[in-house]
Amino acid sequence: MKSLPTLKDVDRERRLFRARVLVACVFMALAAMLIIGRLVWLQVLQHAHFTTLSHENRLKIVSLAPPRGLIYSRDGVVLAENRPSFSLAVVPENAEDIGAAVRELGTLIELGEETLEQFSRELEFARRFEHVVIKSDLTPEEVAVFSVNRFRFPGFSIEAGLSRHYPLGESMAHIVGYVGRISEADLETIDQADYRATSHIGKIGVEKARENLLHGSAGYQRVEVNAQGRVLRVVERTPPVPGADLYLTVDARLQAAAIEALDGRKGAIVALDPATGGILVFASEPSFDPNAFVNGISRSLYRSWSTSADRPLFNRALQGQYPPGSTIKPLVAMVGLEHGLRQPRQTTWCPGWYSLPGDEHRYRDWLRRGHGHVDMKHSIAHSCDVYYYHLAHDLGIQRLHDGLVRFGLGEITGIDIPGESSGLVPSAKWKRRARKLPWYPGETLIAGIGQGFMLTTPLQLAHATGIIAMRGEVLIPHFLDQFDGGNGTESVLTPEIYRRPSVQLRDPGFWDEAIDGMVEVVHGPTGTARRSGVDAPVRFAGKTGTAQVFGIAQNVDAKDQELPEHLQDHALFVAFAPIEQPQIAIAVIVEHGGGGSSTAAPIARRLIDVYFEGAVRDTDESIDG
Amino acid sequence: MVRPQSLLFRMHIDVPLIGAVLLMCTLGMVVLYSASDQSLDVLIKQAVRILIGLCAMIGIAQISPSRLARWAPAIYLVGLGLLVLVLIMGTGRGAQRWLDFGFLRFQPSELMKLAVPLTVAGFMADKVLPPRPRTTAVALMLVLLPAALIVKQPDLGTSILVASSGLFVLFFGGISWRFMRNCTILGLAAAPLAWFSMHDYQRRRVLTLFDPEQDPLGAGYHIIQSTIAVGSGGLNGKGWLNGSQSHLEFLPERATDFIFAVYCEEFGLVGVLVLLLAYAMIIVRSMQIALDAQEMFGKLIAASLTLTLFIYIFVNMGMVTGQLPVVGVPLPMVSYGGTSLVTILIGFGILMSVQTHRKFIADT
Repeated sequence: MKSLPTLKDVDRERRLFRARVLVACVFMALAAMLIIGRLVWLQVLQHAHFTTLSHENRLKIVSLAPPRGLIYSRDGVVLAENRPSFSLAVVPENAEDIGAAVRELGTLIELGEETLEQFSRELEFARRFEHVVIKSDLTPEEVAVFSVNRFRFPGFSIEAGLSRHYPLGESMAHIVGYVGRISEADLETIDQADYRATSHIGKIGVEKARENLLHGSAGYQRVEVNAQGRVLRVVERTPPVPGADLYLTVDARLQAAAIEALDGRKGAIVALDPATGGILVFASEPSFDPNAFVNGISRSLYRSWSTSADRPLFNRALQGQYPPGSTIKPLVAMVGLEHGLRQPRQTTWCPGWYSLPGDEHRYRDWLRRGHGHVDMKHSIAHSCDVYYYHLAHDLGIQRLHDGLVRFGLGEITGIDIPGESSGLVPSAKWKRRARKLPWYPGETLIAGIGQGFMLTTPLQLAHATGIIAMRGEVLIPHFLDQFDGGNGTESVLTPEIYRRPSVQLRDPGFWDEAIDGMVEVVHGPTGTARRSGVDAPVRFAGKTGTAQVFGIAQNVDAKDQELPEHLQDHALFVAFAPIEQPQIAIAVIVEHGGGGSSTAAPIARRLIDVYFEGAVRDTDESIDG
Repeated sequence: MVRPQSLLFRMHIDVPLIGAVLLMCTLGMVVLYSASDQSLDVLIKQAVRILIGLCAMIGIAQISPSRLARWAPAIYLVGLGLLVLVLIMGTGRGAQRWLDFGFLRFQPSELMKLAVPLTVAGFMADKVLPPRPRTTAVALMLVLLPAALIVKQPDLGTSILVASSGLFVLFFGGISWRFMRNCTILGLAAAPLAWFSMHDYQRRRVLTLFDPEQDPLGAGYHIIQSTIAVGSGGLNGKGWLNGSQSHLEFLPERATDFIFAVYCEEFGLVGVLVLLLAYAMIIVRSMQIALDAQEMFGKLIAASLTLTLFIYIFVNMGMVTGQLPVVGVPLPMVSYGGTSLVTILIGFGILMSVQTHRKFIADT
């Protein structure tokens, strides 16, 4: 062993260092050779083997979208279906010059600027071997034109898919709603794993409310893909569970009749089966074509709909809030009976006006000369305002409010589509809170004839009419009748799940007092809607209403015809039929339609005619139903 | 002789080295664009890190080697303290490697990759070389203490790299072959001991190295998929952005530790040789700086950093091509990730400092 130096010897250290660097360099060269040798082995000698491996053994898991459930009306008409649709797509790596090809395609198929913008954005982020859609929902002509010229566009192809379609379009838009592409906001409400392959989701209406039934659940398949990512073989498959088919309570024939009866006027019609709560008609006019929303509505069309003064996107039946006018008089009458403030035969003197004690102001009746002595039945039949000014004054706003709320006014009915408005039954408490103002006695009188602050939706009016028809039974209005949950699980929803505690009156006979009045409206010799009762297939009960849009000075005899259309009164009519064992309750509102008896009542009569046309032929069934 | 001093030289920038480094970073960005599925976002982030790294490199180059040697022990002690802190309160998936200061997440083991060789080199440069047993013992202590702390995290790969960067200083310092042989024998004898102290996932990785097919969906998956990617690349590669193996997501960690597989698949053997040539330029220039250095500290630190860089490259490529266990070492200047990139570039800063602070009086 050499003895170690004890002093630094710079030259020796440098020689040593140099030698070690040499050793290191030799080591590095050898290691590099090792790596290069390995790479030559893998990339040159074994290249064929690994190329094969890279083409094989490529298992991917692909999510399968479940087919969305269909929606039918009670009379078997398809309201929402899945239609084959074709889109033009390109696989970037199979195409030569996408830009040039798309320009050339533009000469064959119309490609709008918005479409192209969207496409180039998607192309930028797309994988080279996956389909990028250029235009969806091609017309049959476009498919044909492309197919003939296909050889000129390598990499481009027509992709088949399913697209939601609403065959009845506008007429059912406010019931069924529509689906649209899943948005960021939607993502937060859904199980994303289940929706991986799903592109659309219900946005409004039944499509939204019953999304969980309609969607079904996703399936999976394990596929082998080749080097380009193309599927070679399905290894394993768990099929998706299709969404449930829904059967609605809506009657397509009656719905069509209702829209026809509105005859282009703005308004809403709601008809329901008071014994079950099932909605028969739910029309809001004007309407819109829901098919426009499915694959993305164009900005210009959306703007024209959303800014239109006619508000086609607005669901008047569900969200429209109108003063109920005289249609609430039967309800107010019952509140009076309930509190013992009126007896059915007790009469009130109507000189054509009413004044509060110690006040000069005259609250006028719609009939200037007055109705004379009026009992309860005739107060409804003639729609005497003074009778109800009196009664409302005797009740006071709190008792009036509490009484009306029992019939479902002022709160949502709980119908099974989203977005319902609650309307408003005013009270002193409400006014203090919302308006920061005290309640004036005069406002109680106005509330008694359904004017002033009071607001109701057409749905609420039909619902309240249904409660009267059923003598107090309350059934939540709904669209869903039954659904077919795919693999044989059929579910009929019994009316019992829609039943709520009944409205109990002190004396059940009070219902008949109100109903007698409503029958007199239609069938009495002097009823306000007597012209609509002539030759009816069944006897029915009704009540007219006219809602003031424009405050007319009390001492001026207003003639609606002299006012511009948008200031004319709304025409209302509520009805139910038959009188015993009722099958249909109806609320009609025609915006700026003038008088309830002249405009709204004939529409309700038309519905009753259409409804009982079939039922009269088949009486047994209708009584069972 | 006195050489004319260019502006860059006066800025303490070594032109051949920075040229090769920039070339390397460019190659890295090209393959990263593909490996990240053409994400501009990733590319911009990486570019920012390269810029930060380059600034740090030039900054370090301004500090003279003698000052670096003086500061080294302090940095070493701080690093050691942080390593202890990591064990107490570190964050990270599965293993605790990070310190989270809120404004900055920091991996102290990364600091030790430079602090250990600097400290050992500073310690040994003053001593008589080849080192005497006492010097060797102290130097070994300096190396093994942080390495042990890093193993505890547990991060076997980084621990070995930190330890080797320090041991390389001993090697270049002239430690005897006999001693090295004895240590190797001792190490092999202790291997069973190490085996029992390993975590399960580390054991699996070692086992699957010898037979990756054993566990094709678990630990062997990385190796199988990356060798398929490399092998299917062939001589000329599948072309930039066309690596199906990489883009079909069969290749895990393809932007970070396994980016070399993407490179091999897309650019083939020809492309790999270009990459190796670029690395060779950096290593040859770095070794030249080591040989030209006037002070022993400069020589030791330059040579050991160079050899460490090579080891990084070798371990990563060996891992990707299925010759070495999967230890999670990034490919220098190519893999996506900030800390290791900045560390490497600071290492080059030290090399530039060694090169540009020489006194040109009578250098033969």
